[in-house]
Amino acid sequence: MSDPAKRPSVSLSEPQASGEGRRGGVYHPLIELTLARVREFIREPEAIFWTFGFPIVISLALALAFPSDATRPVVVGVVPGAATERVRAALAADGVTVRDVAVGGEQRALREGDVHLIVEGADPPTYRFDPAREESRVARLVVDQALKRAAGRIDPWRAREEPVSIAGSRYIDWFIPGVVGLGLMGNGMWGVGFPITQARMRNLLKRFVASPMHKRHYLLAHMFARLLGLAPEVVLPLAFGALVFGMPVNGSFAAIFVVSLTGALTFAALGLLLASRVRTFEAISGLMNLAMLPMWILSGVFFSAANFPAAMQPIVQALPLTALIDALRAVVLDGASLVAVRGELLLLASWGVVPFFIALRLFSWR
Amino acid sequence: MDGVNDLAVRCEGLRKRYADVVAVDDLTVHVRRGEFFGLLGPNGAGKTTTIEILEGLLAPDAGEVEVLGLRWKRDQRELRERLGIQLQETQLPEKLTVEETLRLFRSFYPRGRTIEELLQVVELEGKRSSRVGKLSGGQKQRLSLACALAGKPDLLFLDEPTTGLDPQSRRQLWDTLKRFRDEGGTMVLTTHYMDEAEILCDRVAIIDHGRVIALGTPTELIGALAAPQVVVRNGTLEDVFMSLTGRHLRDE
Repeated sequence: MSDPAKRPSVSLSEPQASGEGRRGGVYHPLIELTLARVREFIREPEAIFWTFGFPIVISLALALAFPSDATRPVVVGVVPGAATERVRAALAADGVTVRDVAVGGEQRALREGDVHLIVEGADPPTYRFDPAREESRVARLVVDQALKRAAGRIDPWRAREEPVSIAGSRYIDWFIPGVVGLGLMGNGMWGVGFPITQARMRNLLKRFVASPMHKRHYLLAHMFARLLGLAPEVVLPLAFGALVFGMPVNGSFAAIFVVSLTGALTFAALGLLLASRVRTFEAISGLMNLAMLPMWILSGVFFSAANFPAAMQPIVQALPLTALIDALRAVVLDGASLVAVRGELLLLASWGVVPFFIALRLFSWR
Repeated sequence: MDGVNDLAVRCEGLRKRYADVVAVDDLTVHVRRGEFFGLLGPNGAGKTTTIEILEGLLAPDAGEVEVLGLRWKRDQRELRERLGIQLQETQLPEKLTVEETLRLFRSFYPRGRTIEELLQVVELEGKRSSRVGKLSGGQKQRLSLACALAGKPDLLFLDEPTTGLDPQSRRQLWDTLKRFRDEGGTMVLTTHYMDEAEILCDRVAIIDHGRVIALGTPTELIGALAAPQVVVRNGTLEDVFMSLTGRHLRDE
């Protein structure tokens, strides 16, 4: 975005004598309103971070916290003592990371994830672990096999193993379309709801309707400003995922664009609806969080929405963010066509169209 | 102008009540074309409600309003293009520059002044690239006035334009308004400063509890108050208000 202050001033492009010229050398009101909104946005450094930096920071953090390659180590704790020295030797020989755990500190070490399992005694040993934790279940299999082999077990046969790594099936691949959806929701709702609330609080909406401004131009300008933000919001995280993590982008750009556009407009309309009458920041923040928090949790951004019980699925699946993220993952990762995600798109669009018309009816200009 | 109708504003029998208060109570005001007309009264007198009804921002419960010979219900579009309006306490977007703000408002009007003219009129040429948030109170108020002048209005409505400004900023704003009068503009302004009404206004309506309690030129009003033995011009509009209501204008 070039610095708007550097544009040639009006006097250079417009003869000063013709004071009556059509619109006096300024753009159409729709363009001026959109420009005003975009300028306000790009001059707000915090907004820039939340829009463009946040998806990248959170992707990096999650990629570091949940590495998806097979080398993730199994960490086993042993309580130092004569009986466990054989255990320690057997596990270390099998490539398992062994850590000492102080007597009395076992519970804490397991709870904090310092170790995934603790081996006590040797003949036979006792395994202490939380079977609800996946890494602890894996550790149990690994430890059990290592110790039994060390004790002389002969396996009847060994399967031939063929490791495959499917690009697109790792957690980070799955997560990045989710964070794109999350961004479209947050930026759409805040990016429309907040400035409208602010303009109402400052009597600016009333000042606008006291002028010959067309109300539809004002509302449309908010939508257009969202569209201008759309490209970087979608392209940056996807490009980051593709370049840094080798995430595959299998879908067509057109399909990704249409899905993102539908999402952006839908959440802009929801932002418009929430902001249609409020006149304090507390009220709009409360409404925004009330609307968005359930989707942060339920719509499968950070973990699969399939984890929720069947009884909750009708609600989970009806949410606009679930539809947007499902469609984005299908298009980006599986290369699905727009026809294949038409169900999600329709559901998503109806979350935009209905609130938009309700907002037009409710909207207060005072 | 029309010849037939030399009134810029004709409002008769205006009434407006909110839940528990009558804000405007049978108010009648006629403003002639080319005239600077002041609505003077204390806070809560109904000045803002009255001017917002005239501006078409509020609907009256009863009464008739004609502005420039037009009606709000029928001629809303034309009226919006021919009026300049400055509201009480509008905060323009702080992140925009002075010039960007003027371009925005200018774009709403099919005809009007150029950005350069507007900057000159309110003496903000040197501030064209400054952010609105960095302007002083007086500069903000002048920018707000420039926005109201963007469409080269026939009639200007100002709601307490100098409230909260320092004396020098007030004088600067008055000078701009006098130039607007010299060009033949008509203005209706509300104020609770009697000096502002005396300096700017051809005629003043003193309003209290939603009614006009006195109407005339500042000199007439002061003269009517002063008994013949008192030298005219010793009194002020403040004295007029006090003698009519027994209260000070700035009370409440």
